[in-house]
Order: sequence, then C-alpha cells, then structure tokens
Amino acid sequence: MTELDEFRSQVRRVLENEVPAALRGRATDPKAHVWGGRRMAFALPESRAWLEVAAARGWTAPTWPREYGGGGLSGEEAKVLLSEIGRLALPPPLVGFGLTMIGPTLLQFGSERLRREHLPKITSGQIRWCQGYSEPNAGSDLAAVQTSAVRDGDHFVVNGQKIWTSYGDLSDWMFMIVRTDPGAKKKQAGITFLLVDFATPGIEVRPIRLISGASPFCETFFSDARVPVENVVGELNAGWTVAKALLGHERAMIANVMGSGGRRDTASRWDPAEERLAALAKQYVGQAGGRVADPVLRDRIAQLSMDTLCFQLTVQRAADGAAAGHRPGAETSMFKLYGTELNQRRQELMLAIRGPQSLGWESAQGEPGDGFSADELQQTRDWLRSRGNTIEGGTSEVQLNVLAKQVLGLPD
Amino acid sequence: MRLALTDDQAILAKTAAAFAAERSPLSRLRALRDPRDSLGYSKDLWSQMAGLGWAAIPFAEEHGGAGLGLAEVVLVTEALGRCLAPEPFLSSVMLAGRALARAGTDAQRAAHLAPIIAGDAVLALALDERGARHDRRITTRAETTAAGGLKLTGVKANVLDGFGADAFVVAVRTSGEPGDAQGITLARVGSRAPGVRVVRQHRVDGRNAALVELTGVEVPASEVVGPVGQGGEVLDEVLDAATVALSGEMVGGMVEALERTLAYLRERVQFGVAIGTFQALKHRAARVFVEIELARSAVMAAARAIDEGSEHRRALVSAAKARASDAYVHAANEAVQMHGGIGMTDEHDIGLFMKRARVAEMTFGDAAYHRDRFATACAF
Repeated sequence: MTELDEFRSQVRRVLENEVPAALRGRATDPKAHVWGGRRMAFALPESRAWLEVAAARGWTAPTWPREYGGGGLSGEEAKVLLSEIGRLALPPPLVGFGLTMIGPTLLQFGSERLRREHLPKITSGQIRWCQGYSEPNAGSDLAAVQTSAVRDGDHFVVNGQKIWTSYGDLSDWMFMIVRTDPGAKKKQAGITFLLVDFATPGIEVRPIRLISGASPFCETFFSDARVPVENVVGELNAGWTVAKALLGHERAMIANVMGSGGRRDTASRWDPAEERLAALAKQYVGQAGGRVADPVLRDRIAQLSMDTLCFQLTVQRAADGAAAGHRPGAETSMFKLYGTELNQRRQELMLAIRGPQSLGWESAQGEPGDGFSADELQQTRDWLRSRGNTIEGGTSEVQLNVLAKQVLGLPD
Repeated sequence: MRLALTDDQAILAKTAAAFAAERSPLSRLRALRDPRDSLGYSKDLWSQMAGLGWAAIPFAEEHGGAGLGLAEVVLVTEALGRCLAPEPFLSSVMLAGRALARAGTDAQRAAHLAPIIAGDAVLALALDERGARHDRRITTRAETTAAGGLKLTGVKANVLDGFGADAFVVAVRTSGEPGDAQGITLARVGSRAPGVRVVRQHRVDGRNAALVELTGVEVPASEVVGPVGQGGEVLDEVLDAATVALSGEMVGGMVEALERTLAYLRERVQFGVAIGTFQALKHRAARVFVEIELARSAVMAAARAIDEGSEHRRALVSAAKARASDAYVHAANEAVQMHGGIGMTDEHDIGLFMKRARVAEMTFGDAAYHRDRFATACAF
C-alpha cells in the first residue's frame, strides 16, 4: 500500500466514523454551509461536529501550512481528501472569503505577524471576512477607489464608502483597498491593501435592498476609523498588485468550482429528464400528444436546453484539457459571460412559461391561498435577482474586453 | 467520455491541418469555381487524401478500413473545412460508403468499398428530393420486377457530389406513403445505367451537387442494399454520423473565418488606429469566439457519443448540428460585417465562408429542424 493509499483509508475512517452521517448527500445544500465568524450560526446542528473534526486536522484549509492552522497536505493528498469528501457528498466543513480570498493572499503577501494572527482564526472559523473593493464611483474601473487612508502616527485614518460588500453585516473583518497617495501619477500606484477590524469605532454597515428584495449586499461607511499601520498587506502604495492577485485567487476558485462541475462528465451522464422547463411548460401551457402544446415555447425550451448542454460540455472540455496538462486561462471569462447570460435567459423563459403567475411579489401576511404558490413567488425574485448576474463579479462587457485582449489578441 | 484529444488524435489533427493548408489554398477553390468546372473538386487531390488514409478512417478493419471513429473523422473534416476543400469526403465516404458498409452484403462490400477507400471511385447518396426540405418524405417509387429486382422512377436533388459520381446509393419508397418512416429501401445504381440522367446543379458554394432523374431504372436484386423496406434505419445511423462529420467541417470553417477577421481587425486602419481597438468590434469578435467554443464542444461530444453508442447520441448529434449551423452562419455574417466593404467583393475570400456556411447549415437539416429533433429526443 502506498502512502497515498494509507492516507486515503485514514481519511475515509475519519469521515465515516467521526462526521455525522446526517450531513451525507448535502454537499450543495446551502443550509449545510458554515460561514464562521463571531456570530457563527449552524443551521444544522451536525455541522458543528464536522467543523470541529475538520479544523482539528487542518482540513478546512488542506494545503495551508500546519503552523497557520492548515493541514499541511501535498496537492495529491488534498485531492484525495476532496475526493473522499465528494464520495460521501459531504458539505465543505467551512466556507467563506477567508479561506478562498484573503487567506491565500496573506500566504503570498502577508507578513509573518499577519499570517500568525489571522490564518488560524480563518481555519477555525472564528473570524468571518468580507471584501471592500467596489465603491460608488469605482465599479468596473476599480482602480478609481477614493476611500482615503491618511497616516496619523501608528494608525491610518480611513474615510469613505464601500459598496456591494457581500455579507458585510455578518462579517468581523474586512480586507479592503484604500487610497494612500492621492497624488500618484497612475491611479493604480496610490493604492494600499488594508485589513480592518469591524469592531473599530467609525464603521457602519447597512444592508442594501435590491430590486428583488433583501440581499446579502451591504454598504460600508468609514468615518475617521483608526486602523493600525501594521495591518497593511504588502508594501505601502503597492496594494493594487495584492488586490489583483486576490482576484486571481477568486477566479481560480470559480474555475475550480466550474472544473468540478465539469468532472461530472456531462456528456455521459446528461439526462434531459432533469430538464424542469419542459415539465413546467406542459403544466402551465398544456400538452398536445405528449409535447409542449405551444410550438414556439417548445422551440425556445429546446434552444435553451441545448445551449445549457453545450455550455456544460465546454466546461467539461476545459476540465478535461486541464487534466491533460493544458493550463486554464482567460476562458474563465467565457464561463462568466455565458453562464450568467444563460441563467438570465432561463429566468426570462420561466416568466414566459408561467405567464401572469410569475408576477406575484409576496403573500398577503398570514393569508395563504392568494393565488401564488411559494415557487411562483420565488420565481419572481429569482428573475429580478438574475439581472445582476451580468453586472456583478465583472460585467459582461469587461469579460468581453478580457477575451478580446487575452484570447483573441486584439490591440488596446 | 473525455472531451480531449489523445496523442494519436492530436497528431492526426496536426497532419490533416498541415496537408490541407499546404495543398488546398482558397485559390484552388476559385480555380474550380470560376470556369464552372463540372466536377468542382480535384480527383487527383482526393486520391492523395485517400492515400493518407483519410477515406479509410470510419470503416472497420475487416472491410479494409482503419477501424477508427467519428472522433477522428471530425479532425479531418475540420481541416477540410478550414480551407473549404470541396473533395467528396462526406458524399463518398460518410454517406454512400458507410451505407454500403453498414447494410450491404459481403459481396457488395467486397466489390464496392475498396475503390471508395482508395479514392478511385466516388459514390453519392441520392436522398433529398426536388422542392422538399431535408424531411425524408421519399416519393421516388420502386416497383418490384419479375426478376425480383426493383424499377425506380423519381427525381433526386441536391445530391452531394452526384455529378461525375461512379454510382449512387438511392433511397426509394417500396411501400407506404410519402412521409412514412417505414417502407424506404436503398439500392445501388450505376451512373451509366439506362434511365439515369444526371444534371449538375450550381449552388451558391460552387460545390458539386446534382439533380438525378431516374426513369424506369432497373436494379437487380443483387444491388438492393439492406433489407427491403428497412432503409430508414440505415439512413438514421448513416445520416447521424455524416451530420457530425459535416458539423466538424463547419467548426473548421468558422474558426478560419474568425481568424481571418481577427487578422483584418489588427491590420485595417481607420481614424488613425487599427479598427481592432474599437470596443464595438472587439465585443462582436469575442461573442463569435464563444459561439465557436460551444459548437466545438458539442461536436466533440456528439462524435464520442456515436463512437461509444451512448443512448443520448441522437440528442447530441442534433445539438451539435443546430449549434454548428447557428454558429457558422453567425461567424460568417459577422466576418463579412467586420471586413466592411471589401468583405462584399467577390475578390476577397471572406465571402466564400458565408456561402459555404449557408449550404452547410441547410444540409442534413437546419438549426430549426435539429432543435425540433432534439426536443423530441428529450420528450419536450
């Protein structure tokens, strides 16, 4: 038995004996996802035991060094761990931007002091992080951030506003980019990457209500918030490099998610019976001879279903290519672009299928039976929310720019 | 199913692309088109392609083939598609040849496959009929003769590479009504048989297509291909594979149209800058790229689904053809638009891709046809 085989059976023993069986099969169930933080909540009580088992072994961050609370595993061992977790379809023991974004960035750019202070609290789930990048006047043009940090002794005094802070109201710390040199020739040159404790006086977080209703997004306001100088990651005024590297980790995470989706082997396992659209259409519009009665709607369903299949096949092809040694690159922009548009088209088609039944906004308080089902009400919200898919995380237009430049080699 | 090339497949793709690019520049296509060459392709070059083993790819080793599959076929057709090579791969190999290989008797295979694989004989499948879409109505009649053979009467149109073909595999109706799935029979007919008249059709892409008139053409029982009345099932399988092969050709065409357009965007200067700096054009080009990537994935998956006998192969074939049709037409239309005025001239090559895109789109059923077939396969 090789060492890797031994590791696998060891992992299997732990997962089968020490992790509550109730969590099996809930890999993608949002209720089974633990985000950590000072106000940590467990929607499923079993999740606590799984987090404790995992954190004790460093499995919340398998490849991080042990001295920072990671598992110190090799890439091969981490793959084994993930495949065993996948075998039981267990949820990840812990999720969040600490593990996927700021953690890897601190490993790359953070001082020893910052790593020792923050990484163990990320892997144990003690501290929940949020991202402070976008501002009202810095969306696609991120380097235009204006939130200022002015040196005053051992502190920076931070003033300004961040927006689209996902889960800002549930987070304990923020990693953010601030302007420390307003006079720099290039706007990218005057930016510093800073870590801020939300317990600091002068910080206010307000949830944002979207066109679809309540959302995880927040606005964060800074009024003379004093942040210790040692919380700078990387060099002063060199934060743009750190910020971009972090975006790279974010993309790698997305590509990873896409890749694992692709490894499902869409082509062999694809099952059109999973396609809910046709079943819904038969229910709402009727059927004729077993077919969706409206031929125009049927054609639209076929088109969308086919495009979804082709998209999934393309994700699989990227994953299969990566397994064969091809490095994934800017094609993640293609996935972002097409995947989000596909979701919007799906939502639009759902509206067409459900007709006026897709227009309900909310149930009258305590009065069920007002004509809209819970599914229909959710549909309204999903449709409205989907309009943001092509804006958040880099607009479709930004993705097209990336493709044109990095893949097609068109000039600036 | 893995959507990646094996080492052997990568080598085949590379050699096919290199051969096609070197031996088949677009100037060759013009040299065949402009004097209205009746054949529309080069017999000599087709022999050379066969000499490389391309025509042997989809045939079993016991039939003298290479025993490879659609995953390899689409690599060759993609190379042909990039340079719009008009040689009779689809017609002689994927249609008539594979129909004979799949349904023919041992004697028929022994007699007819070797010349096809060697590139010495070109056979064509006479399927679609004049005025009809790709809908398998089949009105060409066949009466049974006293000798147990068939006597055929009807008109076939858009017969790919039918002009100058040595023989045809003809789909005729031996029973039932036009439109019935059953009652179709395949028969091999020599092009010089009495009652056969072949008229060259000149279509927009300049390739060889023909009208084939059959007037009381007698076919001996020994030349009936497969069981009488069950030709429909043979056609299903043969056309699915040919559709994937054509979709592979279409991927080649759209890739080439985009690459030529990108080169133009980099070199064409207006307002003092390369027009490729304009975001309006960048975004159009990037959208074409995405459509091509999706089409390629669908074609690779459909080819492998057929090779592996997947239960989803019909749906995947239709997804591939519908996608390839929409993507090629889109890529070609955008290519002409981004070339501007020069793209509208006959002198410039980019228009050749648009013409081929339209013909390919409507061959073996257009996108709407295949969306309907996909929807039926998925029970929508």
